[in-house]
Amino acid sequence: MSDFILETVDLTKEFKGFAAVSDVNLKIRRGHIHALIGPNGAGKTTVFNLLTKFLPPTRGTIRFEGKDITHEAPAATARRGLVRSFQISATFPHLTVMENVRIGLQRKLGTAFHFWRSDKSLDVLNDRAMALLEDVDLAGFADTVTGEMPYGRKRALEIATTLALEPTMMLLDEPTQGMGQEDIARVVDLIRKVSANRTILMVEHNLSVVANLCDRITVLQRGSMLAEGSYDEVSKNPQVLEAYVGSDDMADAHH
Amino acid sequence: MRPTTLASQSALLNPAVLYTTLLVLGLVAPFTLYPTFLMKVLCFALFASAFNLLLGFAGLLSFGHAAFLGSAGYVCGLMMRDVGVTPELGILAGTVVAGLMGWLFGTLAIRRTGIYFAMITLALAQMVYFLVLQIKATGGEDGLQGVPRGHLFGLIDLSNNMAMYYTVYAVFCLGFFIIYRTIHSPFGQILKAIRENEPRAISLGYDVDKFKLLAFAISAALSGTAGATKTLVFQLASLSDVHWHMSGEVVLMTLLGGLGTILGPAVGGATIVTIENQLAESVGSWVTVIMGAIFVACVLLFRRGIVGEIQALLKRAGMQ
Repeated sequence: MSDFILETVDLTKEFKGFAAVSDVNLKIRRGHIHALIGPNGAGKTTVFNLLTKFLPPTRGTIRFEGKDITHEAPAATARRGLVRSFQISATFPHLTVMENVRIGLQRKLGTAFHFWRSDKSLDVLNDRAMALLEDVDLAGFADTVTGEMPYGRKRALEIATTLALEPTMMLLDEPTQGMGQEDIARVVDLIRKVSANRTILMVEHNLSVVANLCDRITVLQRGSMLAEGSYDEVSKNPQVLEAYVGSDDMADAHH
Repeated sequence: MRPTTLASQSALLNPAVLYTTLLVLGLVAPFTLYPTFLMKVLCFALFASAFNLLLGFAGLLSFGHAAFLGSAGYVCGLMMRDVGVTPELGILAGTVVAGLMGWLFGTLAIRRTGIYFAMITLALAQMVYFLVLQIKATGGEDGLQGVPRGHLFGLIDLSNNMAMYYTVYAVFCLGFFIIYRTIHSPFGQILKAIRENEPRAISLGYDVDKFKLLAFAISAALSGTAGATKTLVFQLASLSDVHWHMSGEVVLMTLLGGLGTILGPAVGGATIVTIENQLAESVGSWVTVIMGAIFVACVLLFRRGIVGEIQALLKRAGMQ
Protein backbone atom coordinates (compact mmCIF):
# COMPACT_ATOMS: atom_id res chain seq x y z
CA MET A 1 0.00 0.00 0.00
CA SER A 2 1.35 3.37 -1.02
CA ASP A 3 2.02 6.03 1.60
CA PHE A 4 0.01 8.43 -0.49
CA ILE A 5 -3.73 7.94 -0.38
CA LEU A 6 -4.49 10.56 -3.01
CA GLU A 7 -2.27 11.67 -5.87
CA THR A 8 -2.84 13.91 -8.84
CA VAL A 9 -0.63 14.09 -11.91
CA ASP A 10 -0.63 17.31 -13.95
CA LEU A 11 -4.22 18.02 -12.96
CA THR A 12 -5.52 20.85 -15.15
CA LYS A 13 -8.88 22.54 -15.59
CA GLU A 14 -9.42 25.16 -18.24
CA PHE A 15 -12.56 27.25 -18.63
CA LYS A 16 -12.70 28.73 -22.14
CA GLY A 17 -8.93 29.03 -22.35
CA PHE A 18 -8.53 30.34 -18.79
CA ALA A 19 -6.60 27.85 -16.65
CA ALA A 20 -8.32 27.76 -13.26
CA VAL A 21 -6.05 24.90 -12.22
CA SER A 22 -2.85 24.04 -14.04
CA ASP A 23 -0.50 21.09 -13.63
CA VAL A 24 -1.24 20.46 -9.98
CA ASN A 25 0.64 17.48 -8.56
CA LEU A 26 -0.79 16.80 -5.14
CA LYS A 27 0.43 13.98 -2.94
CA ILE A 28 -1.62 13.51 0.19
CA ARG A 29 -0.07 11.23 2.79
CA ARG A 30 -2.32 8.68 4.47
CA GLY A 31 -3.40 9.84 7.93
CA HIS A 32 -2.41 13.47 7.44
CA ILE A 33 -4.47 16.59 7.85
CA HIS A 34 -3.45 18.42 4.72
CA ALA A 35 -4.37 22.03 4.02
CA LEU A 36 -4.90 23.71 0.70
CA ILE A 37 -4.40 27.44 1.04
CA GLY A 38 -3.98 30.39 -1.26
CA PRO A 39 -5.38 33.83 -2.05
CA ASN A 40 -8.90 34.21 -3.43
CA GLY A 41 -9.21 32.82 -6.92
CA ALA A 42 -6.21 30.51 -6.48
CA GLY A 43 -8.32 27.55 -7.61
CA LYS A 44 -8.77 25.77 -4.29
CA THR A 45 -12.46 25.03 -4.66
CA THR A 46 -11.93 24.03 -8.30
CA VAL A 47 -9.36 21.48 -7.12
CA PHE A 48 -11.96 20.16 -4.68
CA ASN A 49 -14.53 19.90 -7.43
CA LEU A 50 -12.05 18.02 -9.59
CA LEU A 51 -11.00 15.61 -6.85
CA THR A 52 -14.62 14.75 -6.02
CA LYS A 53 -15.56 14.56 -9.71
CA PHE A 54 -18.06 17.42 -9.58
CA LEU A 55 -16.05 18.83 -12.50
CA PRO A 56 -14.29 16.85 -15.22
CA PRO A 57 -10.60 17.78 -15.60
CA THR A 58 -9.25 19.08 -18.90
CA ARG A 59 -6.07 17.07 -18.43
CA GLY A 60 -4.30 14.99 -15.86
CA THR A 61 -5.12 12.03 -13.66
CA ILE A 62 -6.42 11.48 -10.14
CA ARG A 63 -5.49 8.36 -8.20
CA PHE A 64 -7.20 7.41 -4.96
CA GLU A 65 -5.78 4.42 -3.07
CA GLY A 66 -3.82 3.50 -6.18
CA LYS A 67 -6.85 3.44 -8.48
CA ASP A 68 -7.37 5.85 -11.34
CA ILE A 69 -10.66 7.62 -10.57
CA THR A 70 -10.28 10.41 -13.12
CA HIS A 71 -13.36 9.45 -15.10
CA GLU A 72 -15.57 8.08 -12.35
CA ALA A 73 -19.06 9.43 -11.53
CA PRO A 74 -19.13 11.67 -8.41
CA ALA A 75 -21.46 9.39 -6.46
CA ALA A 76 -19.21 6.40 -7.23
CA THR A 77 -16.17 8.26 -5.92
CA ALA A 78 -18.08 9.08 -2.75
CA ARG A 79 -18.92 5.38 -2.32
CA ARG A 80 -15.21 4.61 -2.55
CA GLY A 81 -14.69 6.57 0.66
CA LEU A 82 -13.56 9.95 -0.67
CA VAL A 83 -16.28 12.25 0.68
CA ARG A 84 -16.51 16.01 0.52
CA SER A 85 -18.21 18.84 2.33
CA PHE A 86 -19.19 22.13 0.76
CA GLN A 87 -18.28 25.77 1.25
CA ILE A 88 -21.85 26.68 2.11
CA SER A 89 -23.08 24.35 4.80
CA ALA A 90 -24.65 21.42 3.01
CA THR A 91 -27.57 20.04 4.96
CA PHE A 92 -31.12 19.06 4.12
CA PRO A 93 -32.91 22.02 5.75
CA HIS A 94 -36.47 20.65 5.97
CA LEU A 95 -35.46 17.29 7.39
CA THR A 96 -34.73 16.84 11.07
CA VAL A 97 -31.15 16.61 12.32
CA MET A 98 -31.61 12.89 12.91
CA GLU A 99 -32.98 12.38 9.39
CA ASN A 100 -30.00 14.24 7.94
CA VAL A 101 -27.56 11.79 9.49
CA ARG A 102 -29.73 8.86 8.49
CA ILE A 103 -29.49 9.91 4.83
CA GLY A 104 -25.76 9.27 5.22
CA LEU A 105 -26.31 5.91 6.90
CA GLN A 106 -29.18 4.75 4.75
CA ARG A 107 -27.35 3.62 1.64
CA LYS A 108 -25.71 0.70 3.41
CA LEU A 109 -29.10 -0.84 4.19
CA GLY A 110 -29.51 -1.41 0.46
CA THR A 111 -33.15 -0.27 0.54
CA ALA A 112 -32.71 3.20 -0.93
CA PHE A 113 -34.90 2.33 -3.93
CA HIS A 114 -37.56 0.47 -1.92
CA PHE A 115 -40.56 2.73 -2.39
CA TRP A 116 -42.95 0.06 -1.13
CA ARG A 117 -41.31 -0.25 2.29
CA SER A 118 -42.27 1.88 5.29
CA ASP A 119 -39.77 4.48 6.43
CA LYS A 120 -40.11 2.95 9.89
CA SER A 121 -37.66 0.37 8.55
CA LEU A 122 -35.04 3.10 8.89
CA ASP A 123 -35.46 3.23 12.66
CA VAL A 124 -32.81 0.53 12.99
CA LEU A 125 -30.35 3.30 12.14
CA ASN A 126 -31.42 5.56 14.99
CA ASP A 127 -28.89 4.29 17.53
CA ARG A 128 -25.99 4.71 15.16
CA ALA A 129 -27.28 8.14 14.11
CA MET A 130 -27.60 9.19 17.73
CA ALA A 131 -24.04 8.06 18.45
CA LEU A 132 -22.78 10.17 15.55
CA LEU A 133 -24.76 13.16 16.81
CA GLU A 134 -23.26 12.71 20.25
CA ASP A 135 -19.80 12.75 18.69
CA VAL A 136 -20.46 16.24 17.39
CA ASP A 137 -22.45 17.47 20.42
CA LEU A 138 -25.76 17.52 18.63
CA ALA A 139 -27.66 14.79 20.46
CA GLY A 140 -29.96 17.39 22.02
CA PHE A 141 -30.94 18.64 18.56
CA ALA A 142 -31.95 15.26 17.09
CA ASP A 143 -35.59 16.22 16.48
CA THR A 144 -34.94 19.82 15.47
CA VAL A 145 -35.71 20.80 11.89
CA THR A 146 -32.25 21.44 10.53
CA GLY A 147 -32.99 24.83 8.98
CA GLU A 148 -33.76 26.23 12.43
CA MET A 149 -30.29 25.51 13.86
CA PRO A 150 -27.52 28.10 14.14
CA TYR A 151 -24.86 28.07 11.43
CA GLY A 152 -22.03 26.57 13.50
CA ARG A 153 -24.25 23.65 14.47
CA LYS A 154 -25.11 23.02 10.84
CA ARG A 155 -21.43 22.61 10.04
CA ALA A 156 -21.14 20.11 12.86
CA LEU A 157 -24.15 18.24 11.48
CA GLU A 158 -22.55 18.22 8.06
CA ILE A 159 -19.48 16.55 9.54
CA ALA A 160 -21.62 14.00 11.36
CA THR A 161 -23.44 13.18 8.11
CA THR A 162 -20.14 12.80 6.30
CA LEU A 163 -18.82 10.56 9.08
CA ALA A 164 -21.88 8.35 8.65
CA LEU A 165 -20.28 7.14 5.42
CA GLU A 166 -17.17 6.10 7.32
CA PRO A 167 -14.99 7.79 4.70
CA THR A 168 -11.32 6.93 4.46
CA MET A 169 -10.69 10.48 3.36
CA MET A 170 -12.67 13.67 4.00
CA LEU A 171 -12.44 16.85 1.97
CA LEU A 172 -13.56 19.87 3.94
CA ASP A 173 -14.17 23.11 2.07
CA GLU A 174 -13.57 26.01 4.47
CA PRO A 175 -15.04 24.32 7.54
CA THR A 176 -14.68 27.43 9.74
CA GLN A 177 -15.86 30.01 7.23
CA GLY A 178 -18.23 32.61 8.62
CA MET A 179 -17.85 31.43 12.23
CA GLY A 180 -17.13 33.23 15.47
CA GLN A 181 -14.17 32.28 17.70
CA GLU A 182 -16.17 29.90 19.85
CA ASP A 183 -17.57 27.94 16.93
CA ILE A 184 -14.12 27.84 15.31
CA ALA A 185 -12.61 26.27 18.42
CA ARG A 186 -15.35 23.68 18.49
CA VAL A 187 -14.95 22.76 14.83
CA VAL A 188 -11.15 22.57 15.14
CA ASP A 189 -11.51 20.16 18.05
CA LEU A 190 -14.02 18.18 16.06
CA ILE A 191 -11.76 17.93 13.02
CA ARG A 192 -8.87 16.78 15.19
CA LYS A 193 -11.11 14.18 16.77
CA VAL A 194 -12.42 12.78 13.49
CA SER A 195 -8.98 12.78 11.88
CA ALA A 196 -8.06 9.66 13.82
CA ASN A 197 -7.65 6.79 11.35
CA ARG A 198 -8.44 8.93 8.36
CA THR A 199 -7.00 11.45 5.99
CA ILE A 200 -8.31 14.98 5.73
CA LEU A 201 -7.77 17.54 3.01
CA MET A 202 -9.14 20.96 3.84
CA VAL A 203 -9.38 24.31 2.16
CA GLU A 204 -8.97 26.91 4.85
CA HIS A 205 -8.59 30.70 4.93
CA ASN A 206 -7.99 30.99 8.64
CA LEU A 207 -4.24 30.50 8.94
CA SER A 208 -4.21 30.09 12.70
CA VAL A 209 -6.49 27.11 12.21
CA VAL A 210 -4.09 25.76 9.58
CA ALA A 211 -1.06 26.41 11.81
CA ASN A 212 -2.29 24.39 14.74
CA LEU A 213 -4.21 21.67 12.93
CA CYS A 214 -2.47 20.66 9.73
CA ASP A 215 0.48 18.35 9.12
CA ARG A 216 1.22 19.57 5.66
CA ILE A 217 0.26 22.51 3.51
CA THR A 218 0.00 23.12 -0.20
CA VAL A 219 -0.12 26.72 -1.37
CA LEU A 220 -1.91 27.48 -4.61
CA GLN A 221 -1.63 30.68 -6.58
CA ARG A 222 -3.45 31.39 -9.83
CA GLY A 223 -4.15 27.70 -10.27
CA SER A 224 -0.58 26.50 -9.81
CA MET A 225 1.27 25.00 -6.89
CA LEU A 226 3.48 27.64 -5.31
CA ALA A 227 4.89 25.73 -2.37
CA GLU A 228 4.39 22.66 -0.25
CA GLY A 229 5.66 21.68 3.18
CA SER A 230 5.04 22.04 6.89
CA TYR A 231 3.56 25.28 8.20
CA ASP A 232 7.00 26.52 9.31
CA GLU A 233 8.53 25.83 5.93
CA VAL A 234 5.71 27.32 3.96
CA SER A 235 5.33 30.41 6.12
CA LYS A 236 9.01 31.28 5.62
CA ASN A 237 8.94 30.78 1.88
CA PRO A 238 9.56 34.20 0.29
CA GLN A 239 7.29 33.45 -2.68
CA VAL A 240 4.45 32.58 -0.35
CA LEU A 241 5.00 35.70 1.70
CA GLU A 242 4.91 37.73 -1.47
CA ALA A 243 1.68 36.12 -2.58
CA TYR A 244 0.13 37.08 0.71
CA VAL A 245 1.51 40.64 0.73
CA GLY A 246 -1.18 43.10 1.51
CA SER A 247 -3.29 40.53 3.24
CA ASP A 248 -1.17 40.28 6.44
CA ASP A 249 -2.79 36.90 7.01
CA MET A 250 0.53 35.09 7.34
CA ALA A 251 1.83 37.55 9.91
CA ASP A 252 -1.41 37.48 11.89
CA ALA A 253 -1.33 33.76 12.17
CA HIS A 254 1.82 33.81 14.27
CA HIS A 255 0.24 35.84 17.03
CA MET B 1 -38.70 9.98 18.64
CA ARG B 2 -41.00 12.58 17.08
CA PRO B 3 -41.70 15.72 19.08
CA THR B 4 -45.19 15.80 20.52
CA THR B 5 -46.58 19.26 20.07
CA LEU B 6 -50.00 20.39 21.14
CA ALA B 7 -51.00 20.57 17.49
CA SER B 8 -50.28 16.93 16.79
CA GLN B 9 -52.47 15.96 19.73
CA SER B 10 -55.51 17.71 18.28
CA ALA B 11 -57.79 15.14 16.74
CA LEU B 12 -57.91 16.77 13.32
CA LEU B 13 -54.19 16.45 12.84
CA ASN B 14 -54.08 12.87 14.01
CA PRO B 15 -53.49 11.07 10.70
CA ALA B 16 -55.37 7.92 11.72
CA VAL B 17 -58.53 9.89 12.62
CA LEU B 18 -58.23 12.12 9.57
CA TYR B 19 -57.77 9.31 7.06
CA THR B 20 -60.50 7.15 8.61
CA THR B 21 -62.92 10.08 8.40
CA LEU B 22 -62.02 10.68 4.76
CA LEU B 23 -62.32 7.00 3.96
CA VAL B 24 -65.84 6.86 5.39
CA LEU B 25 -66.82 10.08 3.63
CA GLY B 26 -65.72 8.53 0.34
CA LEU B 27 -67.90 5.49 1.02
CA VAL B 28 -71.09 7.42 1.74
CA ALA B 29 -70.54 10.30 -0.71
CA PRO B 30 -72.41 8.76 -3.71
CA PHE B 31 -75.61 8.67 -1.65
CA THR B 32 -75.70 12.45 -1.47
CA LEU B 33 -73.72 13.59 -4.50
CA TYR B 34 -73.89 12.75 -8.18
CA PRO B 35 -71.66 9.63 -8.65
CA THR B 36 -70.35 10.59 -12.10
CA PHE B 37 -69.20 13.94 -10.73
CA LEU B 38 -67.53 12.20 -7.79
CA MET B 39 -65.76 9.75 -10.11
CA LYS B 40 -64.40 12.65 -12.13
CA VAL B 41 -63.19 14.26 -8.92
CA LEU B 42 -61.45 11.05 -7.83
CA CYS B 43 -59.71 10.61 -11.19
CA PHE B 44 -58.31 14.13 -11.12
CA ALA B 45 -57.45 13.87 -7.44
CA LEU B 46 -55.33 10.80 -8.22
CA PHE B 47 -53.79 12.50 -11.25
CA ALA B 48 -52.79 15.56 -9.19
CA SER B 49 -51.47 13.41 -6.34
CA ALA B 50 -49.30 11.46 -8.78
CA PHE B 51 -48.04 14.71 -10.28
CA ASN B 52 -47.26 16.06 -6.81
CA LEU B 53 -45.07 13.03 -6.09
CA LEU B 54 -42.76 14.35 -8.78
CA LEU B 55 -43.04 18.12 -8.25
CA GLY B 56 -43.61 18.27 -4.52
CA PHE B 57 -41.27 15.53 -3.38
CA ALA B 58 -38.63 15.25 -6.09
CA GLY B 59 -38.71 18.92 -7.06
CA LEU B 60 -39.17 18.15 -10.75
CA LEU B 61 -41.65 20.25 -12.75
CA SER B 62 -42.99 18.16 -15.62
CA PHE B 63 -45.03 20.01 -18.18
CA GLY B 64 -46.00 16.90 -20.07
CA HIS B 65 -48.09 14.88 -17.66
CA ALA B 66 -51.15 15.05 -19.94
CA ALA B 67 -49.31 12.57 -22.17
CA PHE B 68 -49.48 9.92 -19.43
CA LEU B 69 -53.08 10.65 -18.41
CA GLY B 70 -54.28 10.76 -22.01
CA SER B 71 -52.28 7.90 -23.50
CA ALA B 72 -53.31 5.54 -20.75
CA GLY B 73 -56.89 6.53 -21.46
CA TYR B 74 -56.50 5.56 -25.12
CA VAL B 75 -54.69 2.33 -24.29
CA CYS B 76 -57.38 1.33 -21.82
CA GLY B 77 -60.13 2.32 -24.27
CA LEU B 78 -58.62 0.31 -27.14
CA MET B 79 -58.05 -2.71 -24.92
CA MET B 80 -61.64 -2.60 -23.66
CA ARG B 81 -63.37 -1.84 -26.94
CA ASP B 82 -61.26 -3.62 -29.55
CA VAL B 83 -59.51 -6.39 -27.62
CA GLY B 84 -62.32 -7.01 -25.18
CA VAL B 85 -60.37 -7.37 -21.94
CA THR B 86 -61.95 -6.91 -18.52
CA PRO B 87 -61.82 -3.42 -16.89
CA GLU B 88 -59.11 -4.23 -14.34
CA LEU B 89 -56.84 -5.39 -17.18
CA GLY B 90 -57.68 -2.27 -19.16
CA ILE B 91 -56.62 -0.07 -16.25
CA LEU B 92 -53.52 -2.18 -15.72
CA ALA B 93 -52.57 -1.88 -19.41
CA GLY B 94 -52.97 1.90 -19.29
CA THR B 95 -50.88 2.08 -16.13
CA VAL B 96 -48.08 -0.05 -17.55
CA VAL B 97 -47.91 1.86 -20.85
CA ALA B 98 -47.89 5.21 -19.02
CA GLY B 99 -45.15 3.93 -16.72
CA LEU B 100 -43.01 2.85 -19.67
CA MET B 101 -43.59 6.19 -21.37
CA GLY B 102 -42.60 7.88 -18.12
CA TRP B 103 -39.42 5.85 -18.06
CA LEU B 104 -38.62 6.98 -21.61
CA PHE B 105 -39.56 10.65 -21.04
CA GLY B 106 -37.66 10.63 -17.77
CA THR B 107 -34.53 9.16 -19.28
CA LEU B 108 -34.39 12.05 -21.74
CA ALA B 109 -35.57 14.86 -19.46
CA ILE B 110 -33.59 14.31 -16.25
CA ARG B 111 -30.39 15.13 -18.09
CA ARG B 112 -31.47 18.73 -17.67
CA THR B 113 -32.96 20.69 -14.79
CA GLY B 114 -35.40 23.55 -14.28
CA ILE B 115 -36.97 25.18 -17.32
CA TYR B 116 -35.10 22.85 -19.73
CA PHE B 117 -36.47 19.81 -17.93
CA ALA B 118 -39.99 21.25 -18.22
CA MET B 119 -39.53 22.09 -21.91
CA ILE B 120 -38.29 18.59 -22.80
CA THR B 121 -41.32 17.02 -21.12
CA LEU B 122 -43.59 19.50 -22.92
CA ALA B 123 -42.00 18.79 -26.30
CA LEU B 124 -42.31 15.03 -25.85
CA ALA B 125 -45.92 15.40 -24.74
CA GLN B 126 -46.70 17.51 -27.80
CA MET B 127 -45.30 14.73 -29.99
CA VAL B 128 -47.67 12.31 -28.29
CA TYR B 129 -50.55 14.73 -28.85
CA PHE B 130 -49.90 14.94 -32.58
CA LEU B 131 -49.49 11.18 -32.85
CA VAL B 132 -52.84 10.65 -31.15
CA LEU B 133 -54.41 13.25 -33.41
CA GLN B 134 -53.05 11.67 -36.61
CA ILE B 135 -53.39 7.94 -35.95
CA LYS B 136 -56.61 6.44 -37.25
CA ALA B 137 -57.13 4.05 -34.34
CA THR B 138 -57.44 6.87 -31.80
CA GLY B 139 -60.27 8.64 -33.59
CA GLY B 140 -58.59 12.00 -34.19
CA GLU B 141 -60.50 14.98 -32.85
CA ASP B 142 -63.49 12.88 -31.85
CA GLY B 143 -61.45 10.84 -29.42
CA LEU B 144 -62.05 7.18 -28.82
CA GLN B 145 -65.77 6.71 -28.42
CA GLY B 146 -68.03 3.87 -27.39
CA VAL B 147 -65.75 2.29 -24.83
CA PRO B 148 -67.70 -0.34 -22.86
CA ARG B 149 -67.36 -0.32 -19.09
CA GLY B 150 -67.38 -4.11 -19.08
CA HIS B 151 -67.59 -6.51 -16.15
CA LEU B 152 -65.02 -6.15 -13.36
CA PHE B 153 -63.13 -9.46 -13.03
CA GLY B 154 -65.73 -10.71 -15.52
CA LEU B 155 -68.33 -10.63 -12.77
CA ILE B 156 -69.53 -7.19 -11.71
CA ASP B 157 -71.38 -5.14 -14.30
CA LEU B 158 -69.90 -1.65 -14.23
CA SER B 159 -72.67 -0.11 -16.28
CA ASN B 160 -74.27 0.19 -12.86
CA ASN B 161 -73.08 3.62 -11.73
CA MET B 162 -72.71 2.61 -8.08
CA ALA B 163 -70.57 -0.41 -8.96
CA MET B 164 -68.50 1.87 -11.15
CA TYR B 165 -68.15 4.41 -8.35
CA TYR B 166 -66.85 1.91 -5.82
CA THR B 167 -64.43 0.53 -8.39
CA VAL B 168 -63.08 4.02 -9.04
CA TYR B 169 -62.96 4.65 -5.32
CA ALA B 170 -60.95 1.46 -4.74
CA VAL B 171 -58.54 2.39 -7.54
CA PHE B 172 -58.14 5.87 -6.07
CA CYS B 173 -57.47 4.54 -2.56
CA LEU B 174 -54.93 2.05 -3.86
CA GLY B 175 -53.17 4.69 -5.97
CA PHE B 176 -53.20 7.18 -3.13
CA PHE B 177 -51.79 4.57 -0.76
CA ILE B 178 -48.94 3.81 -3.19
CA ILE B 179 -48.11 7.53 -3.34
CA TYR B 180 -48.35 7.87 0.44
CA ARG B 181 -46.10 4.88 0.94
CA THR B 182 -43.59 6.06 -1.65
CA ILE B 183 -43.30 9.42 0.13
CA HIS B 184 -42.91 7.67 3.50
CA SER B 185 -40.37 5.10 2.37
CA PRO B 186 -36.57 4.83 2.38
CA PHE B 187 -36.79 5.86 -1.28
CA GLY B 188 -38.94 8.87 -0.35
CA GLN B 189 -36.34 10.01 2.17
CA ILE B 190 -33.67 10.08 -0.51
CA LEU B 191 -36.04 11.91 -2.88
CA LYS B 192 -36.57 14.61 -0.28
CA ALA B 193 -32.83 14.85 0.26
CA ILE B 194 -32.29 15.33 -3.48
CA ARG B 195 -35.02 17.99 -3.59
CA GLU B 196 -33.40 19.86 -0.69
CA ASN B 197 -29.76 19.66 -1.75
CA GLU B 198 -28.85 17.68 -4.82
CA PRO B 199 -25.03 18.14 -4.72
CA ARG B 200 -25.01 16.98 -1.11
CA ALA B 201 -27.02 13.87 -2.00
CA ILE B 202 -24.47 13.09 -4.73
CA SER B 203 -21.60 13.61 -2.31
CA LEU B 204 -23.21 11.06 0.00
CA GLY B 205 -22.94 8.47 -2.76
CA TYR B 206 -26.43 8.52 -4.27
CA ASP B 207 -26.84 8.29 -8.05
CA VAL B 208 -29.50 10.99 -8.05
CA ASP B 209 -30.57 10.46 -11.68
CA LYS B 210 -31.72 6.92 -10.91
CA PHE B 211 -33.88 8.20 -8.05
CA LYS B 212 -35.38 10.93 -10.21
CA LEU B 213 -36.07 8.44 -12.97
CA LEU B 214 -37.87 6.01 -10.68
CA ALA B 215 -39.94 8.87 -9.21
CA PHE B 216 -40.81 9.99 -12.74
CA ALA B 217 -41.88 6.51 -13.77
CA ILE B 218 -44.04 5.96 -10.67
CA SER B 219 -45.66 9.36 -11.14
CA ALA B 220 -46.33 8.67 -14.83
CA ALA B 221 -47.70 5.19 -14.14
CA LEU B 222 -50.18 6.46 -11.54
CA SER B 223 -51.19 9.36 -13.81
CA GLY B 224 -51.92 6.60 -16.30
CA THR B 225 -54.04 4.78 -13.74
CA ALA B 226 -56.09 7.96 -13.35
CA GLY B 227 -56.44 8.39 -17.12
CA ALA B 228 -57.40 4.78 -17.78
CA THR B 229 -60.01 4.89 -15.01
CA LYS B 230 -61.42 8.13 -16.38
CA THR B 231 -61.89 6.51 -19.79
CA LEU B 232 -63.95 3.74 -18.20
CA VAL B 233 -66.13 6.23 -16.35
CA PHE B 234 -66.94 8.39 -19.37
CA GLN B 235 -66.67 5.56 -21.92
CA LEU B 236 -64.53 7.93 -23.92
CA ALA B 237 -60.82 8.64 -24.33
CA SER B 238 -60.77 12.33 -25.06
CA LEU B 239 -58.22 14.28 -27.07
CA SER B 240 -58.30 17.06 -24.47
CA ASP B 241 -56.70 14.66 -21.97
CA VAL B 242 -53.47 14.60 -24.01
CA HIS B 243 -53.55 18.35 -24.74
CA TRP B 244 -50.92 20.55 -23.05
CA HIS B 245 -53.77 22.46 -21.42
CA MET B 246 -54.26 19.42 -19.19
CA SER B 247 -50.56 19.48 -18.24
CA GLY B 248 -51.06 23.05 -17.07
CA GLU B 249 -54.26 22.26 -15.22
CA VAL B 250 -52.59 19.62 -13.08
CA VAL B 251 -49.97 22.19 -12.03
CA LEU B 252 -52.82 24.49 -10.98
CA MET B 253 -54.56 21.71 -9.04
CA THR B 254 -51.37 20.86 -7.18
CA LEU B 255 -50.49 24.47 -6.33
CA LEU B 256 -54.04 25.35 -5.31
CA GLY B 257 -54.31 22.35 -3.00
CA GLY B 258 -50.80 22.58 -1.56
CA LEU B 259 -47.55 21.61 -3.21
CA GLY B 260 -45.62 18.98 -1.28
CA THR B 261 -48.49 18.15 1.07
CA ILE B 262 -50.00 14.69 1.02
CA LEU B 263 -53.67 15.62 0.70
CA GLY B 264 -53.28 18.99 -1.02
CA PRO B 265 -53.29 17.89 -4.66
CA ALA B 266 -56.40 15.76 -4.12
CA VAL B 267 -58.14 18.75 -2.54
CA GLY B 268 -56.93 20.98 -5.37
CA GLY B 269 -58.14 18.53 -7.99
CA ALA B 270 -61.55 18.28 -6.34
CA THR B 271 -61.80 22.07 -6.08
CA ILE B 272 -60.93 22.71 -9.72
CA VAL B 273 -63.31 20.02 -11.00
CA THR B 274 -66.09 21.42 -8.82
CA ILE B 275 -65.52 25.00 -9.98
CA GLU B 276 -65.46 23.93 -13.61
CA ASN B 277 -68.64 21.90 -13.20
CA GLN B 278 -70.48 24.69 -11.40
CA LEU B 279 -69.40 27.46 -13.72
CA ALA B 280 -69.40 25.71 -17.09
CA GLU B 281 -73.09 26.37 -17.71
CA SER B 282 -73.41 29.82 -16.17
CA VAL B 283 -70.34 31.59 -17.51
CA GLY B 284 -69.20 29.44 -20.44
CA SER B 285 -65.70 30.06 -21.70
CA TRP B 286 -65.10 32.67 -18.98
CA VAL B 287 -64.11 29.68 -16.88
CA THR B 288 -60.63 30.00 -18.36
CA VAL B 289 -60.36 33.58 -17.13
CA ILE B 290 -61.58 32.61 -13.67
CA MET B 291 -59.06 29.76 -13.53
CA GLY B 292 -56.31 32.18 -14.47
CA ALA B 293 -57.39 34.56 -11.71
CA ILE B 294 -57.40 31.69 -9.19
CA PHE B 295 -53.92 30.70 -10.28
CA VAL B 296 -52.55 34.23 -9.84
CA ALA B 297 -54.29 34.67 -6.48
CA CYS B 298 -52.96 31.32 -5.33
CA VAL B 299 -49.37 32.11 -6.22
CA LEU B 300 -49.46 35.68 -4.90
CA LEU B 301 -51.61 35.35 -1.77
CA PHE B 302 -51.46 31.84 -0.43
CA ARG B 303 -48.48 30.05 -1.82
CA ARG B 304 -48.83 27.08 0.50
CA GLY B 305 -52.17 26.18 -1.09
CA ILE B 306 -55.39 25.23 0.71
CA VAL B 307 -54.02 22.30 2.71
CA GLY B 308 -50.65 23.98 3.28
CA GLU B 309 -52.33 27.09 4.73
CA ILE B 310 -54.61 25.00 6.96
CA GLN B 311 -51.60 23.07 8.26
CA ALA B 312 -49.76 26.30 8.99
CA LEU B 313 -52.81 27.69 10.82
CA LEU B 314 -53.20 24.56 12.94
CA LYS B 315 -49.49 24.55 13.72
CA ARG B 316 -49.65 28.17 14.85
CA ALA B 317 -52.77 27.49 16.92
CA GLY B 318 -51.07 24.49 18.49
CA MET B 319 -48.04 26.50 19.50
CA GLN B 320 -50.03 29.07 21.45
